[in-house]
Amino acid sequence: MNSLKKLALLTITAVLLAGLIAGLAGCSQEEEEAVTLNVFAAASLTDVMEEINGLYTGEHSSVTITPNYGSSGKLQTQIEQGAPCDVFISAGARQMDALQSENMLLTDSRRDLLQNKVVLIVPSDSTLGLADFNGLTGASVTRIAIGDPASVPAGSYGKKALEKLGIYSQVQSKLVLCTDVRDVLTHVENGDVEAGIVYETDYLISTKVKKVAEGPAEVNATIVYPVAVIEETENAEAAGKYVDFLFSDEAGEVFEEYGFVLVQD
Amino acid sequence: MDGYLSPLLVSLKTVAVATVITFILGVGAARWMARYSGWLRPLIDGLFILPLVLPPTVVGLVLLLTFGRHGPLWPLLTRMDVNVILSWPATVISATVVAFPLMYMTARGAFEQVDGSIEDAARTLGAGEWRVFLTVSLPLARPGIIAGTVLCIARSLGEFGATVMFAGNIPGKTTTLPVAIYFAYSAGDTERALYLAGMVLAMSFASVLCLAFFRKPRPRTVTLVDPLQEGLPAA
Repeated sequence: MNSLKKLALLTITAVLLAGLIAGLAGCSQEEEEAVTLNVFAAASLTDVMEEINGLYTGEHSSVTITPNYGSSGKLQTQIEQGAPCDVFISAGARQMDALQSENMLLTDSRRDLLQNKVVLIVPSDSTLGLADFNGLTGASVTRIAIGDPASVPAGSYGKKALEKLGIYSQVQSKLVLCTDVRDVLTHVENGDVEAGIVYETDYLISTKVKKVAEGPAEVNATIVYPVAVIEETENAEAAGKYVDFLFSDEAGEVFEEYGFVLVQD
Repeated sequence: MDGYLSPLLVSLKTVAVATVITFILGVGAARWMARYSGWLRPLIDGLFILPLVLPPTVVGLVLLLTFGRHGPLWPLLTRMDVNVILSWPATVISATVVAFPLMYMTARGAFEQVDGSIEDAARTLGAGEWRVFLTVSLPLARPGIIAGTVLCIARSLGEFGATVMFAGNIPGKTTTLPVAIYFAYSAGDTERALYLAGMVLAMSFASVLCLAFFRKPRPRTVTLVDPLQEGLPAA
């Protein structure tokens, strides 16, 4: 029994030590003279930004990109609270407007990068036969996933679409408010909900959902992704170059591959 | 945004139901395990305590996979026309699972402190197992069980990780106080987040105060032993 206890104690000590050494090793690596850019991007950009960041760091070996994905509202709050951020790509103008009014953006660094649209999706094996947004008012639909309109741009556009169609008050009690747009996609893919509202680009990356309808054109026309360099950045030059890269033809091709529409300057 | 009352009501309802369920399951399991000494004991014990040491996100994931469309319970649930995921019962299940280990551990400790010979004495006097449990074991283990219940209330009130994954955020149905705080913070509505946090703070502090109150040092009671011993037939 005693030797067993010793062995357990030894194992625990070894594991903790290994963690400590790994942590210290990680620290010392950062000592190198290199630029780390903290890029905060809307959750709907997760896949496309992974590819674009890979392209960029492949061409600029001195640059390391630390991405942070989440709902634009949460990212905005994090930036306001002082989270280290160099570049912010928001899915909604509202979040960027807020930061701009608080003078947290580097002057003149804000530009509109992408366009998108909201769509209504159902699980690909759905048997409800939904044909349009109005079908959501039916009794067979009990749960509709949507980003929380207060913090998730896709959710606020989704809410606008439902309001535009005059059915928001009828479906309000069925809405499951999600942390970000990818959360909505997951719930629809898993069949936890009968339907969900996401961006066209989220629908395109999933094989487990099908598109029922597109949001009203008036609403979709307002969906733009602004990008800006954050005022408090210590790497303004590197951040500016990175943003320029986002507007390059090379990055543009990747964005289009994922279904985004480029904003023509 | 709906008012501050709705998350409070959802939380209170969830905590009330979860505590009742946890009490019954936790006390039952604790009583059984306090007397069980088979070779499976460490395994079962570990399994019961596991939700306490696991990140709540892991609990949420396991619950989603268990009750989800591809989970083992799905055929049964659909036959009963019940969908647990993203519904109010899901908040209760999440809270119950994370609070259970606290009830179980505290109650088991209390039952183990109970002198087995007193229970045996009651049995020799003809009391059935239920009567022994209700009139001897339970009263003797009372301080521990009360402490466990208070801890349960506090833990289920604070449950967030598993709840947000398994029950989601449906205002008025599954949006508990911690979930509402997270979403208010995400939306940059710090004032609302603070307000709701104040409610949680008040309730949590109240329950900890309760605990301190029940833990007040009290004179050791030995009176229960005497009448039993007097009643024992001379061997």
